[in-house]
Amino acid sequence: MSGILASMIDGLLIGSVYGLAAMGLSLIWGVMDVINLTHGSVIALGMFGMYILFAAFPVNAYFLLLPILVAGLLLGLVIYWISVHWVIGRSQLSSLLSTFAVNMMIIGIGTAIWSTSPYNVNFTLRGFTVGAYTFTGNHIAAATAAVIIALALELFLYRTRPGKAIRAVADNREAAELMGISSTMVLALAFAIGIALAASSGALVSTLFPFTILSGAGYQMKSFVVTVLAGLGKPLGALAAGVLLGLLEGAVTPFIAVSWIPLIEFGLFVVVLVAFPKGIFTRATA
Amino acid sequence: MKRLVLPIFLVVALFVTTGFAQNLTLGFTASNTGAMNVDSLEQKRGFELWRDQVNAAGGIKAGGKSYKVQFVSYDDESNPKRVQQLYSRLILQDKADFLFSPYSSSLTATAAIVTEQYEKIMLTTGAAEGKTYTLGNHYLFQMFTPGAEYLKGVLDMLKTKDPKAAIAFVYEDASFSVSVVNPAKEYAQKLGFNVAFSEAYAPNTTDFSAIIDKVIASKSTILLGGGHYADGSTLAKQLYEHKVQLKMITLLVAPDSDKWTELGDAAVGVIVPSQWEPQSAFKPQYGPSGADFAKAYTAKFNAPPSYESAGGYASGLILQRAIEQAGSTDSAKVAAALNATDITTFYGRSKFATEANQHGLQVGHAMVLAQWQKDKSGKLVKQVVWPLAAKSANLVYPIH
Repeated sequence: MSGILASMIDGLLIGSVYGLAAMGLSLIWGVMDVINLTHGSVIALGMFGMYILFAAFPVNAYFLLLPILVAGLLLGLVIYWISVHWVIGRSQLSSLLSTFAVNMMIIGIGTAIWSTSPYNVNFTLRGFTVGAYTFTGNHIAAATAAVIIALALELFLYRTRPGKAIRAVADNREAAELMGISSTMVLALAFAIGIALAASSGALVSTLFPFTILSGAGYQMKSFVVTVLAGLGKPLGALAAGVLLGLLEGAVTPFIAVSWIPLIEFGLFVVVLVAFPKGIFTRATA
Repeated sequence: MKRLVLPIFLVVALFVTTGFAQNLTLGFTASNTGAMNVDSLEQKRGFELWRDQVNAAGGIKAGGKSYKVQFVSYDDESNPKRVQQLYSRLILQDKADFLFSPYSSSLTATAAIVTEQYEKIMLTTGAAEGKTYTLGNHYLFQMFTPGAEYLKGVLDMLKTKDPKAAIAFVYEDASFSVSVVNPAKEYAQKLGFNVAFSEAYAPNTTDFSAIIDKVIASKSTILLGGGHYADGSTLAKQLYEHKVQLKMITLLVAPDSDKWTELGDAAVGVIVPSQWEPQSAFKPQYGPSGADFAKAYTAKFNAPPSYESAGGYASGLILQRAIEQAGSTDSAKVAAALNATDITTFYGRSKFATEANQHGLQVGHAMVLAQWQKDKSGKLVKQVVWPLAAKSANLVYPIH
């Protein structure tokens, strides 16, 4: 197997997790017009959630995603009522500042509890080897879990009444309210789902790499790139864009130093913002 | 009234003749949190053991006085900005008489700017990068062998086993590891090795997949590099998970820690250039023997000492001796005594360069190479494998 192919498979696997992380940001941004700056710290909380649960219940770590998703939903509701509900409909700067404040609170509390020292979830699944290259079981399981969660969200949004209500509010909040949909409940639900997605992506990352309470920041930045690539409010698009970003990383790294990757990613971010402001998966409309 | 004169005179005379036990304040920051916390904790424990033993023995005796050592210490969060603020605070607010360095070359370089500015002596430990000593400092004294020497022993040893080996250098993009790897690359080429791959990674890297794929593609059989505990342990773990068939892995700093055993099978065979190992049997001219130090350390902290711990303790010893030699706590006099220092303790020889272009650089101390091996019971133990005169076991090569 060639080095580039191996590198692209690695990129594909980690890209799925980037995609899942970005889905949460994209959903909240698309439905509520809120740029959620608690995203990174919630990803880190997902990491520590997995760490705590796995220490208490040393089963297959990927089974623990379910309680983390539920805890994420509850946390999302709490954050919504603390910092978001009051600024809905105001300028984006208000929600940026209020979610940033909550972000700082989470990081402050997290630092007090866990310090900024690295933690590990010591769980390993057997991988497979092709020639000199080995793909770890954890990467494969994390990518699979990310795709399953993404598909479940898509089904929820398109096949269930609450899901359809979220899309309706995203399209036209006033029209949705005229149809009897409580936009407050729907917005709270959408925010909670976004937070749960971020937490679950953090939990998946924790099975791959060591982490600290500050580790979410890097994934938050990648989530911005992915969200801009995919366009707002397109969960499956975010997953696809995440995979694309991972593949791009995989294809480029054999030829340049890894430390150049952020430059390329954010270069792409600017190019897409200028050339495809609605994302690369949205056709230009007249 | 007359009856009181004699007792008062006797009490005063007693104090004057025995000397008041004065306090000597030593300031430092430690990385209680952040990426450097593992190594920094071990260094701090070395300081603490020295302080406790000195105070238990009545303090440092100089110029007819006894000085009890007291520490003022803060958490620098592994963050250079905090180091800058906290060393200023240690000097200006806490009135520290002498300073120890934080852990790591980059934090120490930051602290050195502040301590030099206030003409305060700082013994640096856990900081091997040599560039700081070329900047014309007068009060900075290095305990560690400089970075340029770290990987020379590995390359000399490899030359005896596999003189045409293909080497990959994978290292943290930080001042210490760069100061180690750049001269090592030159030395490897000089020895006729094939440097097949070389790449630095960002200090907070956690995903090494891309770099590991490149190491495999380069067909390197030897990997040299790493940086500190967080990145080095992650790199070793991922090399193991990716089943990379390397004949030798040598990483800086991280494998010296006792925590390294937590990596399980990923820890086996990894080599670390070490400033000191418990097996090092130096005959001390001053202070405890290596065995006594290791015993006291293990009894106090319930963990064996690492070379960071030894460096911490030895910093205290060397400062203590210099104060005793100077007969004073005056910075200029103690600095002169440090300049004249050439002594062997349990930690090995310590001597500081006095030339203006490298003042304070450590020129007396030598390093050893330690490898994690499994003993007969399958337990992971660290063995000295180089230099041959100091070895406690044979080198395991190749490891795969």
